[in-house]
Amino acid sequence: MSNHWIYLNNSDCILIMGSNAAENHPISFKYVTEAMQKGAKLINVDPRFTRTSAKADIYVPLRSGTDIAFLGGMIKYLLDSKLHNETYVANYTNAPFIVKESFDFKDGLFAGYDKKARKYDKSQWDFELDDKGVPKMDRTLQHERCVFNLLKKHYDRYNTKLVSEITGTSEAELAEVYKTYCETGQTGKAGTIMYAMGWTQHTVGVQNIRTMAIIQLLLGNMGVAGGGVNALRGESNVQGSTDQCLLWHILPGYLKIPTASKANLADYIKAATPVSTDPMSANWWQNYPKYAVSLLKAYFGDAAKKDNDFGYSWLPKADDDKVYSWFDIFDAMYNKEIKGLFAWGMNPACSGSNVGKIRKAMTQLDWLVNVNLFDNETGSFWRGPGMNPKEIKTEVFMLPACMFVEKEGSISNSGRWMQWRYQGPKPLGNSRPDGDIIMELGFMLKELYKKGGKFPEPILNLKWDYMTDHVYDPHKVAKEINGYYLADVTDKDQTYKKGTLVPSFAFLKDDGTTSSGNWIYCNSYTEKGNMSARRGQQDAPNNIGLYPEFAWAWPVNRRIIYNRASVDLRGEPWNKEKWVVRWNGEKWEGDVPDGGWPPLQNADGTPNDKSRYPFIMTKHGHAQIYGPGLADGPFPEHYEPLECPVEKNFMNSQRMNPVAPVYGTDADSYATCDPRYPYVATTYRVSEHWQTGLMTRPQPWLMELHPQVFVEMSEELADLRGIKNGERVIVSSARDKLECTAIVTKRFKPFRIGETVVHQVGLPWHFGWRWPDTGAEDSANLLTPPTGDPNTRIPETKAFMVNVAKK
Amino acid sequence: MSKGFFIDTTLCTACRGCQVACKQWHDLPAEHTVNTGSFQNPPDLSFDTYKLVRMTEDVIDGRLHWLFFPEQCRHCIEPPCLESAGEPSAIFKDENTGAVLFTANTADLSADDIIGSCPYNIPRKNDAGILAKCDMCNDRVINGLLPACVKTCPTKGIWTSGTGRMKALAEKHLETAKRNSQSRSSGKDSVRVIYLTGFDPSEYHKSTMAGPGLLWHEHQLIMEHEVPHNLFVKLLFHIRMSMMGSKDAREFLKQDISPFKEIFSYILLLHTKSGKSKLFVCQK
Repeated sequence: MSNHWIYLNNSDCILIMGSNAAENHPISFKYVTEAMQKGAKLINVDPRFTRTSAKADIYVPLRSGTDIAFLGGMIKYLLDSKLHNETYVANYTNAPFIVKESFDFKDGLFAGYDKKARKYDKSQWDFELDDKGVPKMDRTLQHERCVFNLLKKHYDRYNTKLVSEITGTSEAELAEVYKTYCETGQTGKAGTIMYAMGWTQHTVGVQNIRTMAIIQLLLGNMGVAGGGVNALRGESNVQGSTDQCLLWHILPGYLKIPTASKANLADYIKAATPVSTDPMSANWWQNYPKYAVSLLKAYFGDAAKKDNDFGYSWLPKADDDKVYSWFDIFDAMYNKEIKGLFAWGMNPACSGSNVGKIRKAMTQLDWLVNVNLFDNETGSFWRGPGMNPKEIKTEVFMLPACMFVEKEGSISNSGRWMQWRYQGPKPLGNSRPDGDIIMELGFMLKELYKKGGKFPEPILNLKWDYMTDHVYDPHKVAKEINGYYLADVTDKDQTYKKGTLVPSFAFLKDDGTTSSGNWIYCNSYTEKGNMSARRGQQDAPNNIGLYPEFAWAWPVNRRIIYNRASVDLRGEPWNKEKWVVRWNGEKWEGDVPDGGWPPLQNADGTPNDKSRYPFIMTKHGHAQIYGPGLADGPFPEHYEPLECPVEKNFMNSQRMNPVAPVYGTDADSYATCDPRYPYVATTYRVSEHWQTGLMTRPQPWLMELHPQVFVEMSEELADLRGIKNGERVIVSSARDKLECTAIVTKRFKPFRIGETVVHQVGLPWHFGWRWPDTGAEDSANLLTPPTGDPNTRIPETKAFMVNVAKK
Repeated sequence: MSKGFFIDTTLCTACRGCQVACKQWHDLPAEHTVNTGSFQNPPDLSFDTYKLVRMTEDVIDGRLHWLFFPEQCRHCIEPPCLESAGEPSAIFKDENTGAVLFTANTADLSADDIIGSCPYNIPRKNDAGILAKCDMCNDRVINGLLPACVKTCPTKGIWTSGTGRMKALAEKHLETAKRNSQSRSSGKDSVRVIYLTGFDPSEYHKSTMAGPGLLWHEHQLIMEHEVPHNLFVKLLFHIRMSMMGSKDAREFLKQDISPFKEIFSYILLLHTKSGKSKLFVCQK
């Protein structure tokens, strides 16, 4: 989240689309409710009428997988009606940047498409640069190839009639949503978006969010109180695990994973560090070398020296152009390329898309270690439905982990707050904290590598001193993540002693004199103490609920990021009542600003060359309405899902995202526009269960509330299929089939898509055969498809095709 | 201090945290349910389920609504169940909190008569004929804690406080609900548990309101009370009223519509068929 849950109450209009906050983030509704009680409008867009819809001022349906069409129509509406914040757009975004003539967009394809490789040559989307290498700009937004005019042209096709035909939302409903939301473009008004997996889990997942980011930038809603683009993370510490590089393509703090072609540290740093020649661009990532070297010092300690590239050669390297995502791991496992698996706090046998393939892939393993609270469908995959234990050679080990309340440590929530938690009850039985398990694993590996083995250096040199009195010490890890001075260092006239904690990332060095396990967390645990354990109750002077001394937010306790865009060119807040930061003539007041530079203009309106553009994390200092770095194009475009109910994309000739990944095993089947699977399906969660249900399905009070996997469908579809409410039915896709209970409801309605009626159904994915002990309930991911987003590889579980039949 | 509940159903998201918190605090067993084609589960209140969020899909004025009604005992000031029982060891009221409490001695009563006497159809019996229902978390309340359902509600849709404050709170919420919603708002005020509903309460469930054949209008609020006929209970009632010693108590004893005139422009006084309860239909 660019903002935080509790700041939602500053909003004038909340759009909940691609999430179901009332059901899946129930506590968020405390703040949504507060905003509504102060007069905010709540808009909900969802294929199905949910518990969120029940509370919304405006609910409109849309067919799963058509969000870009819906939002593209909003971009057209707001540009046609000139509802954008012109100062903001012209000065804080890349709308005035002039794009090279090589850029083109024709019938669904951007310039540079290689059909065979299913890939774009992105260099054709570059900006035109001046002699100094700075992008050419036209702040009047008149140039025909400036981003603003290319944007207008791109979305000119997204008229409400066409959008309505694609989405199934009526033109009147579209108009109502567009009008209500775009009123937040007025100076001093703030609109916000709460989204989750309903947007990300598509072959156009990243571009769904990009479309909304464009809208937020046009309306001037980024950086302001009650605004922002807010990803509601699906688990209390998903933000933290992403920050600490849960995903394969990054190192902690969003540093890039080294690839094989970057043979040494210099090559790696050169490729990863952006260079800007614009003196007005802070280009914060120019500090990349400091963060990378400090990370290597945290990993390898004294063994990391300048003359050995700080141990860079010991880092694992990805093959260039190879992807190692969830899909690819299980694809490799299915193809017998992976022999062992640690499933740690995960239940892939229920959670992954096309889970039948995942379960089969596990039969190819020599060993599997299941680290979890309880046994689950993963640890017991060998005795699951359709498995013959006699034919499965995989040896399975169960390491019981204790629950979060039984251990000390931090979590980082969606709003980027690192919050310290104390231990409650002691771990039950012989279960242990994850930290203890992984520490001991590390010690054992070191012992084994001492005796020999290929390439022992990474393991033997790994700094591994996070125990106190033979137990894992979360404080030691938290301090390592913050970082230490490794020598006496004098910085800005002050001397910092070797062994003390670094005060913030501005002090990190690229010469090996500092360490930091994650630069964005540098400032979280300092000589002043554990910032995340603070529980200060005092609000900041702007009184918008920042509570700066409650826990700690990355970066440097900034509560609302991009906050220098919350003011006009002279540093005056767009909203003087709910201001985030403001310039008092000498310095910024309020939240921790995105850099202390003065506003772009002096009080008399003359430009101030001591200033820097407010979006400091981008190379050119401007927010990116035009995004030339993504796999699927600089502007979002509507494509149909891998499996869809229409033969033809009404928007262009490309039926689906031309760069979406495809997998080729016999377990990766799909069927689009196939009469055997005529209904759109989506998956979701309910309040009463959690993820794959491992913590909720064994809990009788929760099972009582939602005891069985179900499929929701409209009364019209139930009539068509002769299905009665509450009876068991079979849902089938090109992958597999699933028995579930039918919920026939008014909350699903058939869509009119072009000339045809399209029905949609939905299923929760919380179930699995281990619990309840009938074994009759299983995962909806048996049905979900083998593809995902080309940028992230997140699976397309929110839009696919099924059939529904009486049992 | 005498307590009351205020439940603003317009804020309820049916997360059912209250339903689970109730089971947890009372350590009630889960029922072995099946999905009956609805999110509402268990399907009804039971001996083991004191609190139930009723969920109803309805098209009102051409617009689909999903109505949520966290159902529980209303803890009537003049509880018909208590009167029907006439046995303080089985059904009694904690005069400190106002909680109407059932004991295992309800096994000796006619369960069907007790259930039949409840205008809201709340009590449920087990196989042994013992009756059970919401106890207002009386053990928590007398120890200065909030009832479990109130404590757990994320949207602050359930409140508890002294009965005197409930009316004011209901009024405030009604105003907010009207201002921020296109939907109509109406409220119901039995004596200790006041519900604010977005629509005609009969849309939510057939026994959300007491009394037969009442017409519900926009923005209406109903109150109900009666001085007991049973001499013993009447004595208790007067003792409690005198203990209240407040303006509220005098208003209750006056038994006319004047306390409501300050708030409502239209007030209608009705009596239930049994004659045991009075009903005030109030409209702004």
